[in-house]
Amino acid sequence: MGKVLVVTSGKGGVGKTTTTASLGAALAQTGETVVVVDFDVGLRNLDLVMGAERRVVFDLINVIQGVAKLSQALIRDKRLESLWLLPASQTRDKDALTEEGVGRVIGELKEKFDWVICDSPAGIERGAILAMRYADAAVIVTNPEVSSVRDSDRIIGMLDSKTMRAESGERIDKHLLITRYDSARAARGEMLSIDDVLEILSTPLLGIIPESQDVLRASNVGSPVTLSSRLSAPARAYMEAARRLQGESVSMTVPSPKRGLFDKLFGRRAA
Amino acid sequence: MPLANQRTMRFLGRSYMAFVFTPEEPLIEWLAQLDGWLARSPGFFGGRPVVLDLANVKLHKPGIAHLVSCLLERDIRVIGLESADPAQLGPDLPPLLSGRPVNGNEVIALSRPEPAQAPAPPPRPQAASLLIDRPVRSGQSIVFPEGDVSVLGSVGSGAEIVAGGSIHIYGTLRGRAMAGHMGNARARIFCQKIEAELLAINGYYRTAEEIDAGLRGRPMQAWLNDNVMMITALN
Repeated sequence: MGKVLVVTSGKGGVGKTTTTASLGAALAQTGETVVVVDFDVGLRNLDLVMGAERRVVFDLINVIQGVAKLSQALIRDKRLESLWLLPASQTRDKDALTEEGVGRVIGELKEKFDWVICDSPAGIERGAILAMRYADAAVIVTNPEVSSVRDSDRIIGMLDSKTMRAESGERIDKHLLITRYDSARAARGEMLSIDDVLEILSTPLLGIIPESQDVLRASNVGSPVTLSSRLSAPARAYMEAARRLQGESVSMTVPSPKRGLFDKLFGRRAA
Repeated sequence: MPLANQRTMRFLGRSYMAFVFTPEEPLIEWLAQLDGWLARSPGFFGGRPVVLDLANVKLHKPGIAHLVSCLLERDIRVIGLESADPAQLGPDLPPLLSGRPVNGNEVIALSRPEPAQAPAPPPRPQAASLLIDRPVRSGQSIVFPEGDVSVLGSVGSGAEIVAGGSIHIYGTLRGRAMAGHMGNARARIFCQKIEAELLAINGYYRTAEEIDAGLRGRPMQAWLNDNVMMITALN
């Protein structure tokens, strides 16, 4: 039986889809079978980031409505054979998702895959609640910035009350992933520090993904960053996070400010 | 017609918590004060039950009706009246609430109500307390009118704790804490780190702007001294 992981945040634009694709690819690279599911009905992005937008025939809503079988809707990644995508519909809206339908699809996926990663839409409405409803574990994506942190706090509260696990008295495993971390700005006090974020959210830290141009380049070519630029800082951070998800204990790499050659030689910034 | 199949109806009594407004004369000024509070916290009372205590005003039926409709214009719905002359009320006004609080689901015997029953004094609050052993997240609302609330963790921004007794937070208070909510002026609020949005004791409140900047980020306690809220550091 596979594990259902929801990638959620509350706030939009913090890196949920990027994280779903990168973690999915990183887990698949270790040999596990992974399906990434896009729950953002009407505003789908996961297919773009995975580079599968030209192969979408059927989607999650079609499967829920019985118009297509799951095997017809699943798209296999061209680069990693154990990585699959179940895209969302672009033409419908979130009302087409039903709790019973989502439960059925997730149940089928759990039997076929080691990991079922649900990419939640932003917000706290129906789409986000259904994405987390059947989850065993959650990755809460947060930027080290006040509005993102407050929204993440809200979503953590909902994970503890609106999931099937919470309603039956069990706890859902929660992991915090800090994305777009810019250590230079944190040092200048323009961004919250890692300690501040951890103190406010009191949730175990899964990883720290540094702000990087590689992420944008990767999504523009339709590839998760862990596949297209494996040696880049964000890719390495995502791969460590994937190993932590699998239960390995990996020491946390805190991104440090990049210093140019002159800074290293003379230890000062130019006036 | 046999009555064998008639089921007996049970009428249960249940206690709810509501805000109580005690308007004072002149009413125009009181309404203006209310408007000022609403301007700072719009929609605060929207959807929450409000009771109107008319002890300090002398109003006849049209006056009471006008006051209720003024409040309705401000999106405040009055669900009951206190200290009103029963002769001035009618079916189109909120019902008169007696001062006798009912605890839990008490089954009330259907009997003819005695006329002019003097309201019993409120019973001494039971020493009940609620312990929450995890952080209170943004958007969550903990309401415990029966007594004290203790939180083993922080209270997130946008969360609120409402207690009949005192509030003890073993962590950082970033949301709102409202203690002594059922008329207990001796309730206090304690926390290990104060970054609160609002503190209130027995209805007297202070917003974040009014809390001394030198205290922020430190352990603190808040209590009422003659209806003025005192906030001091705990060490």
